[in-house]
Amino acid sequence: MRMCGARILVECLKAEHVDVVFGYPGGAVLPIYDVLYDADIRHILVRHEQAAAHAADGYARATGRPGVCIATSGPGATNLVTGLATAYMDSVPVIAFTGQVATNWIGRDSFQEADITGITMPITKHNYLVKSTEDLARVIKEAFHIATTGRPGPVLIDLPKDTSLGECEFVYPTSVDLPGYRPTYEGHPKQIKELAKAIAESSRPVLYVGGGVIWSGASEALKTLAELCEIPVTTTLTALGAFPTGHRLSLGMLGMHGTGYANLAVNECDLLIAVGARFDDRVIGDPATFAPKAKVAHVDIDPAEIGKNVRYDIPIVGDARTVLESLIPQLSPMKHPDWLAQISEWKKQWPLTYRRRQDGIAPQYVIEQISDLTDGEAIITTEVGQNQMWTAQFYKFKKPRSFISSAGLGTMGFGFPAAIGAQVGRPDRLVIDIAGDGSFQMNIQELATAVQYKLPVKVVILDNGYLGMVRQWQEMFHGRRYSATALEHNPDFVAVAEAYGAKGILVQTEEEVRPALERAFAEPGPVVVDVKVAREANVFPMVPPNSPISKMIRGDES
Amino acid sequence: MKHTLSVLVSNRSGVLARVASLFSRRGFNIESIAVGVTEDPAVSRMTITVIADKATLEQITKQLHKLIDVIKVSDITADERVDRELALIRVSADSSNRSDILQIVDIFRAKIVDVAEKSIIVEVTGDESKIDAFVQLVRPYGLMEIARTGKVSMVRGSK
Repeated sequence: MRMCGARILVECLKAEHVDVVFGYPGGAVLPIYDVLYDADIRHILVRHEQAAAHAADGYARATGRPGVCIATSGPGATNLVTGLATAYMDSVPVIAFTGQVATNWIGRDSFQEADITGITMPITKHNYLVKSTEDLARVIKEAFHIATTGRPGPVLIDLPKDTSLGECEFVYPTSVDLPGYRPTYEGHPKQIKELAKAIAESSRPVLYVGGGVIWSGASEALKTLAELCEIPVTTTLTALGAFPTGHRLSLGMLGMHGTGYANLAVNECDLLIAVGARFDDRVIGDPATFAPKAKVAHVDIDPAEIGKNVRYDIPIVGDARTVLESLIPQLSPMKHPDWLAQISEWKKQWPLTYRRRQDGIAPQYVIEQISDLTDGEAIITTEVGQNQMWTAQFYKFKKPRSFISSAGLGTMGFGFPAAIGAQVGRPDRLVIDIAGDGSFQMNIQELATAVQYKLPVKVVILDNGYLGMVRQWQEMFHGRRYSATALEHNPDFVAVAEAYGAKGILVQTEEEVRPALERAFAEPGPVVVDVKVAREANVFPMVPPNSPISKMIRGDES
Repeated sequence: MKHTLSVLVSNRSGVLARVASLFSRRGFNIESIAVGVTEDPAVSRMTITVIADKATLEQITKQLHKLIDVIKVSDITADERVDRELALIRVSADSSNRSDILQIVDIFRAKIVDVAEKSIIVEVTGDESKIDAFVQLVRPYGLMEIARTGKVSMVRGSK
C-alpha cells in the first residue's frame, strides 16, 4: 500500500507491537503527530523531552520491551540527549524518533536544525538519518532489531520533514540484513567446561552479577546455579532484584557503597564469576587490587567488556541465561561451609545498619518502612545520590525489574519520569520514586503528566535541603566546605504537588512516616510525600574513590 | 608497538565519522587512516595504523567490532603483506640543484610530476620507511609541501 513516511512510521510501530510512545510535538514532527492523532497508539505527552526519553527508558526497564520516544528537531532532539546517554550507559532498549529539517535545508543552519545523529553517535548503539521515505521501513526494522538484541541499547532515527511527508509503497521487511552485526548468544563450549572445572575446584567462589542477568532473563538460572554449588551472590546496582536480597546466599550490592561483607567476600574469593557485569569503577575501586586472590571468569554478551577494566582468566562471550543454562548440567552439588561461615562472620562485623538520630528522621528508616509496607513487591525508581544508595542498601528487592535507576550515567532527574514510564508499562504495580529534594526538582514539571494521565506514581522525597551526596564528599574530602550544596530556597513541595493537581503529604516526625506512606500508597492518584529527614546523614560503608574495596570507611551510621 | 588494521565497513555516509569518533572518545590514537571502496561497491576498506600495547589493541579491535557498520576487523601486523603509501612532495629546485634532486628521484624510482621555475613536485610510492627516507634526503634542498595518502595494505599470497 502507498502511504506517507509518517504513516509508515506508525504502521512499523504497530508491527513491532508498540502500543505507547512518549513524546512532545514540534514543527518538524507535525506530519507524525498528524498521523498519531487518530492512530491506534497511545501517546503520552510529557512536559520536557528529556522526560520522554527517561519515561521510555523506565517503560523498557519495567517491562523488558523497547521504549519509544519522539521529539522534534533542534532543541527537541538535543533535550533527548541526557536520556539517551542514560539508556546507553545502562544498556536499555530505547528507540528515539527525532524530527529534522527537510533534506534540502540540512547543513544550512536552518531554524531548529541540530546535527542530532552527529551529537548522539557516541551515546547510541546506532543511529540513522533517513533521507528517503523508501528507506524508512527497513531502518525501523533494523533499529528495533539492534536495540533489543545482543547487548541492548538506544537507537535514534532522525526523520527530515520531507521523509515523513514523502510517499512510497509500504512493505514491512520480515528480516534484516546487517553483515556487521551478529551478536553471540551461545558461549564457547570449551570455555564453559573450563568454568565448570573452576567451580568444582573452588573453595571460595563468588558470583558477581550485573544488569545483563536481568536483560537476558537469567534470574532463575542464577538462583539454580547459586544454590546447586552454594555460591554467594553479589549484585551491581542495576542488578538489584536479579537475586532476592533475603536469600541466605545474597551478599547484597558490592562496591563504593556496597555491603562490607560483599566487598570482603570479593576481596578474599578464589573464583569470581562475573555475569553480565562490566567492572565499573564504582564497583571495583582500584582495578589493580580488585579480587586479588581470584581466578576471574567473565560472562558477557559484549566481547568489548571482557578485559576492558580488569584482567580475566576465563572469558565467555555469550548471553547470560544461555551460558548459565549450559553450565548448570555440567556441575555437581557442592557445599562450602567454611566459606559461608566466614561470610557470616563478616555479616556480624559489617551489618548493614544505621542509627536513629536526634537531628531528624533517619532517611534509612523511611526506606525500611517503604520496603516493609510494600513487602519488596513495588517497582522502585530512584534519583541519584544518597537517596539512590540508601534505597539500594535498605529496600529488600525480591524480583527482577523492580529497581529502576540511572546507574552508569548517574542522571539526577531520571527517577520521576522513569517512574511514569514504568507505571504506564505496568499499571498493575505500585510504582514509587524515592527522590532527593535536589533531583526531584530536575523534572518536577512531570507532575502535570502524572496528573493528566492519572498515573498513580508515588514520589517520596528524602528532603534534607542539600545535594546530599555531594555534601557528604565535601564533608569527607573537602574539609566540610559546603560549596553550593545547600538548597536554601526549596519550594513547598506539598503546595507544588497540590498546584499540579496531585496530592501532597508533609512528614516531619518519625511517627508520621509509616501512616503517611500507608495513606500515599492507598491513594488512587499521584502523591508527593515530602519527608524532612536529618540534614547531614551519610551513606556508609564507603570505599573512597580509586581505593581497594576492602578498605571501607565504616562511618558513624552504625 | 605499531599495528596495521584492515577494516571492512559498509559503504555508508557517516561511517568514517563513527570510526574517528570512537578513537577519540576512547582515547586511542590513529597514526594514519586510508579509506577507499573495495571490489564490492557496498563495502569500503579502511587501513588503520595505530600505536598501542596489547590490551589497548584488543580494546580497539573489540570496540570497532561493536560498530554496526563495521563488518570485519583484521590485525595484519604479523602477516606477510604489501604496504604502500603515495606521497606528493614539493621541493624547491632551480637550475643549480635540479640534477642532484633528479638523481635521488631516480634512485627511489619516484616520478617528477610537475616542474616550475623554482620548484618541482615529486610523486613517491612505497612503504612508509621508503617515503620517510626520501623526505629526509630531499629536505636539505628545501622541502616546501608534503601530501601523503596514508598507508594501504594487502596480505600476500592467494586468498
